[in-house]
Amino acid sequence: MAAPALPAAEGEPAPLVRSPSFWRSVFARLRRDPVALAAAAVILALLVLALFGPWLVATDPYASSVLRRLKPIGTPGHPLGTDELGRDMLARLVHGARWSLFMGVTPVVLAFFLGAAIGITAGYAGGLLGTAIMRTIDVFYAFPSVLLAIALSGALGAGIENALLSLTLVFVPPIARVAESVATQLRNRDFVEAARASGAGALTIVRVHVLGNALGPIFVYATSLVSVSMILASGLSFLGLGVRPPEPEWGLMLNTLRTAIYVQPWVAALPGVMIFATSISFNLLADALRSAMDVKG
Amino acid sequence: MASVQPAPGAAPPLLEVEGLVKHFPLRGGLLGRAGRVRAVDGVDFSVARGETLGIVGESGCGKSTVARLLMRLIEPDRGTIRFAGRPVGSPELPLRAYRRRVQMVFQDSWSSLNPRLSVEESIAFAPMVHGSPRAEALARAHALLDRVGLDPRRFAGHYPHELSGGQRQRVNIARALALGPELVILDEAVSALDKSVEAQVLNLLQDLKEELGLTYLFISHDLQVVRYLSDRVLVMYLGRVAELGPAEAIFEDPRHPYTQALLRSMPSLDPDARTREAPLQGDPPNPIDPPAGCRFHPRCAFAEPVCARREPALAVCGSGHRAACSMVEPGSGHSRAPRRAEEVALG
Repeated sequence: MAAPALPAAEGEPAPLVRSPSFWRSVFARLRRDPVALAAAAVILALLVLALFGPWLVATDPYASSVLRRLKPIGTPGHPLGTDELGRDMLARLVHGARWSLFMGVTPVVLAFFLGAAIGITAGYAGGLLGTAIMRTIDVFYAFPSVLLAIALSGALGAGIENALLSLTLVFVPPIARVAESVATQLRNRDFVEAARASGAGALTIVRVHVLGNALGPIFVYATSLVSVSMILASGLSFLGLGVRPPEPEWGLMLNTLRTAIYVQPWVAALPGVMIFATSISFNLLADALRSAMDVKG
Repeated sequence: MASVQPAPGAAPPLLEVEGLVKHFPLRGGLLGRAGRVRAVDGVDFSVARGETLGIVGESGCGKSTVARLLMRLIEPDRGTIRFAGRPVGSPELPLRAYRRRVQMVFQDSWSSLNPRLSVEESIAFAPMVHGSPRAEALARAHALLDRVGLDPRRFAGHYPHELSGGQRQRVNIARALALGPELVILDEAVSALDKSVEAQVLNLLQDLKEELGLTYLFISHDLQVVRYLSDRVLVMYLGRVAELGPAEAIFEDPRHPYTQALLRSMPSLDPDARTREAPLQGDPPNPIDPPAGCRFHPRCAFAEPVCARREPALAVCGSGHRAACSMVEPGSGHSRAPRRAEEVALG
């Protein structure tokens, strides 16, 4: 079928007026948002600590000393004091950034891909397949997330890999749900119908028309789960199911220091402050991202 | 047989629709009893190459369902669609090939463009799906933008939210033309536009039709617009064809009381012909449970007992003009019906 003749596009070099793409404009709006900038700065600082911490702070985080137990903040040689075994808090907090960020981010990233794939498949396919997938997901969703994480970790056995796996499985259902609802809305938009009417296959439509519109909202939701993941990971570590002592992980540190809360409350609170700062930075960034993406459409 | 018979030896009509039925199941109910919405309940018509067939009717009469059925965005329950003499979806004319030749413009110019794609990418999408290299598809998109009156250098790189409604609908028209279709289904394509913009887009559609030799199926609730654009008009009521004929016959000599009422509801500029009463009383009946007999009889001023008993067939009442009314059908038993078939032929 020959296309009807149309005037050919003139090849003059006059520059095309291009608008910034969606993600570029989202980024531009984020850069004008002071809260987003501050949150991003904190997260960046934590990343630097996680990557280069051991080179920044030379003190051994494992060296314990019975004589220097529970020193207050400002002790010479231990600017942030020492813990219940006399280990340097600064070194442990800096080294702990690696574990805590790793345990907080990895399960969410894995669950983001898995959940988005499941949810978008269910939402775009709809019908019986969609219902079957989502009802299966709902079974997992019915358990409280802490309980599910503990149960899975316990069943799989202690260890960091198993803790990561169980946390990932905990986050797949909520992410899949968000993905499914976004994909269901998109499926009925006219531009998806128009793409079907042009003869495009389901995979092409999902790649070009659904992913671009769905990944943003799913990503925002996943970002807000990072803090939950960090806290759940701490809980697993406390139960001996995740990171094992003497590794410095903030949740684990918080839990072992809790008995010292009456002796050295400020020192005991430090890991909590780090968890709090990290969580709130991720949550504020997620919030800023949400409003930066909430333009039109 | 309600479709217009082609003259002997002539090419088959571009599009032939026969006995098209689509019922939507209703779920729920206290005892899980499910009803069905009879959105399209046995529709026949044909569209000749090069003409514009207008489809009019109140909202909920099944116009848009017909459009989606023709585009095969939803599967019909029954009925056949033939394009250029070949059944759609058969090995003779696979769906993918059919969709290159039939395209659609949707009512909502905003919802029908992907907000994440620039204008040129939206238009180039379909040609790329059908195997055009990216550069070629983009060049075609630019040519089409130029053709629908949008300077490609200014608009090709823009995103939908930066355009006005009229500009977006021009982009949608360009997108529909990107595959070089023969038939374009315009589903309320200008209904959401301002009157002045609507006129511009209508003129553009007319120009495009002449230039590219297109055939239009123009669906609208706006009678003035349908009259302006259409060669023939099909009036739908509750999922069925009420009247079908040349635009002039439908507008000057409507035979179905429903068409007459619709026309009386058109606002007139003549102060002496001002509409004083609502020509149609009440809402259309529920398509879940349409009235027995003629579906229009509860609202019809000429209804007689016979109308509640039998469903009128589409009867000839002029050259290429048919109406589904017992007053038109000879020997139907209605007091105003012609007695013999000859009367019709003469009239």
